[in-house]
Amino acid sequence: MDLFGDPNVWLPFTFAALMGVSILIYVVLDGFDLGVGLLMPLSEDDEKDRLVASIGPFWDANETWLVLAIGLLLVAFPVAHGVILTALYLPVAVMLVGLILRGVSFEFRAKAPITQKPFWNAAFFTGSLMASMSQGFMLGMYVMGLTWTLPHVIFAMLTAVFLTVGYSCIGAAWLIAKTDGRLQEKAVGWTKGGIWGLLLGIAAISLATPYVSPRIFDKWFGFPELLYLAPLPILSAGLLAFLWWKLKRLPMEGDRFAWTPFAAIMGLFTLSFGGMAYSFYPYVVPEKLTIYEAASAPESLIIILAGTVFVLPAILAYTALSYVIFRGKATELRYD
Amino acid sequence: MDTLLLSRIQFGANISFHILFPTITIALGWVLLFFKLRFNATGEHKWMEAYLFWVKVFALSFAMGVVSGITMSFQFGTNWPGFMEAVGNIAGPLLAYEVLTAFFLEAVFLGIMLFGARKVPNWLHTTATFLVAFGTTMSAFWILVLNSWMHTPAGYELRDGVAYATDWWAIIFNPSMPYRQAHMLLASGLTVAFLIAGISALRLLWGDRKESVKSTMRFGVILGAVLIPIQIFAGDMHGLNTLEHQPQKVAAMEGNWETQGNVPLLLFAIPDEEARENRMEIGVPNGASLILKHKADGVVPGLNDFVAEDGTPLHPPVAPVFWSFRIMVGTGMAMLALSWAGAYMLRRRGAEHMPKLMLFAFSGMAFSGWLATLAGWYTTEIGRQPWLVQGVLTTKQAVADVPAPMVLSTLIIYLVVYAALIFAYMGTVTYLAWKASRGEPLSTRKYPRSGEAEVAAIPGE
Repeated sequence: MDLFGDPNVWLPFTFAALMGVSILIYVVLDGFDLGVGLLMPLSEDDEKDRLVASIGPFWDANETWLVLAIGLLLVAFPVAHGVILTALYLPVAVMLVGLILRGVSFEFRAKAPITQKPFWNAAFFTGSLMASMSQGFMLGMYVMGLTWTLPHVIFAMLTAVFLTVGYSCIGAAWLIAKTDGRLQEKAVGWTKGGIWGLLLGIAAISLATPYVSPRIFDKWFGFPELLYLAPLPILSAGLLAFLWWKLKRLPMEGDRFAWTPFAAIMGLFTLSFGGMAYSFYPYVVPEKLTIYEAASAPESLIIILAGTVFVLPAILAYTALSYVIFRGKATELRYD
Repeated sequence: MDTLLLSRIQFGANISFHILFPTITIALGWVLLFFKLRFNATGEHKWMEAYLFWVKVFALSFAMGVVSGITMSFQFGTNWPGFMEAVGNIAGPLLAYEVLTAFFLEAVFLGIMLFGARKVPNWLHTTATFLVAFGTTMSAFWILVLNSWMHTPAGYELRDGVAYATDWWAIIFNPSMPYRQAHMLLASGLTVAFLIAGISALRLLWGDRKESVKSTMRFGVILGAVLIPIQIFAGDMHGLNTLEHQPQKVAAMEGNWETQGNVPLLLFAIPDEEARENRMEIGVPNGASLILKHKADGVVPGLNDFVAEDGTPLHPPVAPVFWSFRIMVGTGMAMLALSWAGAYMLRRRGAEHMPKLMLFAFSGMAFSGWLATLAGWYTTEIGRQPWLVQGVLTTKQAVADVPAPMVLSTLIIYLVVYAALIFAYMGTVTYLAWKASRGEPLSTRKYPRSGEAEVAAIPGE
């Protein structure tokens, strides 16, 4: 077990990395699902089925990344799991109710009597909204160190709005890739309309993070750390500019580059997430508990890791298979 | 009410709501695979019709199970942080393996199984159906391993109140695990058998005479009639296992206060914990001794052996365990009577000419598996109290210090949502059955008989 040095060091680090990757994958994948749900009220009745069809085969697996992320927090850092989730008790409950409504509406809107369809469409939107807003709220509270003071709550409410708009932006970008015709043109407009959420969200968190913690401030603005971090804002600005430039030209002849806005936003999410991970490391509960203090016993972590090494590549492979099978423009969802 | 009780009610409500749907999907996944394989083998359209109807129920149930399951993974942290702090080293890997080996598998292949029939070759679709069924069963396996470990912990050592794994083999194959697995998987099979029989009976009552309905009626009745005696046997074995490892739970199930021989099997009683006796007892003499010890003067443990010096009971609350157990057994007996009578009628008259009364009885019992499953879980889980992990951690030690009004407010929200969703679920399943029996085609697609007609069918596509 000492192959890589002290297991009390490398195991928590590995699990923190795995958890980070799971959260990032979740935010990108369920981000576009939730985003599509948020766009429901903006679409015409005959377009709603295509919106749902574009995410139908994927949403369940996408949501599983949340279960994995929270599961890794639970199993690898049990103390942190308790501290974080009890501090976020109410927003977590709101998110869960939102995810419940969103998940079941998929089914009910297609299976319940047709007269109920508008109701389940509304539930689908409401669920997506509750989940997005509460996730944004939790993000804000986490940045603020999980303490419930009025300014912190106000800040968290702002990040709730920004993340929700950001999700609608990546959802719309997904639709550019998965739809065509008038709906695709609309999706281009929706993506443009959501960029401000990404911009302000990234700006708010970037400004607030060093302000909250002197430790992070030094990590950002010390020398030579400043140089290490410099690529993040530069690349982000580049991606935003590219996104704006591309959206002015889409949709293009032969549907070329329809996937680029989604890829660009995915890049933005990844960069922002990388920045946050860099800032908060080695803390899992901001400024209170490090991953090394919160980790489970090495003998338990190693047995999970052993399974993960074999299973995770398989998961990634069959997830990829499903995206290949359902590639191309979204078609009507049929069981036969 | 205090935070502990509210948190227990909340988790109880969540897990009760959740278990309804996996109970259906675990067995229904295999049933769908069976329908699909029958179709592949015979090319008979009725099997595809059966598949296409029940896959809708499966999809709906699956979504309900997924979303309510996510809720629970969060509630470990929001309401029961002490659980993972104390036994996280054991529970953690088991939960992780559930996510890794089951959740992703079922979630990804569910997408292919539901929406991929036209996009992938038939063999891949059949494989996806198999993997979904396999995934749901794996998920049940891991979570039942963990639950069994909470009842009969093994393979660990305690250091400063925290459990550390010493033997993973002993943890996974802990003493109650094989019994609980068998009992729960059979419960799932029975739930689905009665659901299929019940919905098919309803469709027959509505005058739906399609071959697929008659076939699923036969399938449900026979599956129920075959599984119920096995379940009664498995349940008995599980009870004997509980007697060995958690005698106080069996004492509560039997409503037996004093350790003694010749204990009657109580059919009815009102256990009174204040007076520590039963009121209005009706029982079969020596029944409990016979069932548990296989002889009339067999000694059955009594609740009074499980009381601390100062008078605090160390046994579970008696009345809920006593009554849940009776509801479970009573439902099981009703299942036995109806499914055997149904099998007899099938033999004599066939599915088409079942007596109306019997069809009504099957429709009425469509969701009887839920009742028995819930009652069974209440028996075993309330029966473990005051422990969360038997002998290791009490429920009280694990609860989060969240203000009671906050727990109350989330509890009310969950209850409202769950009540509405159960109502919508049962209504929608019935509506799907009604729509199908009005003859709306489930598919407009021409299915080639697998292997034979595929070439011929392509121009028609």
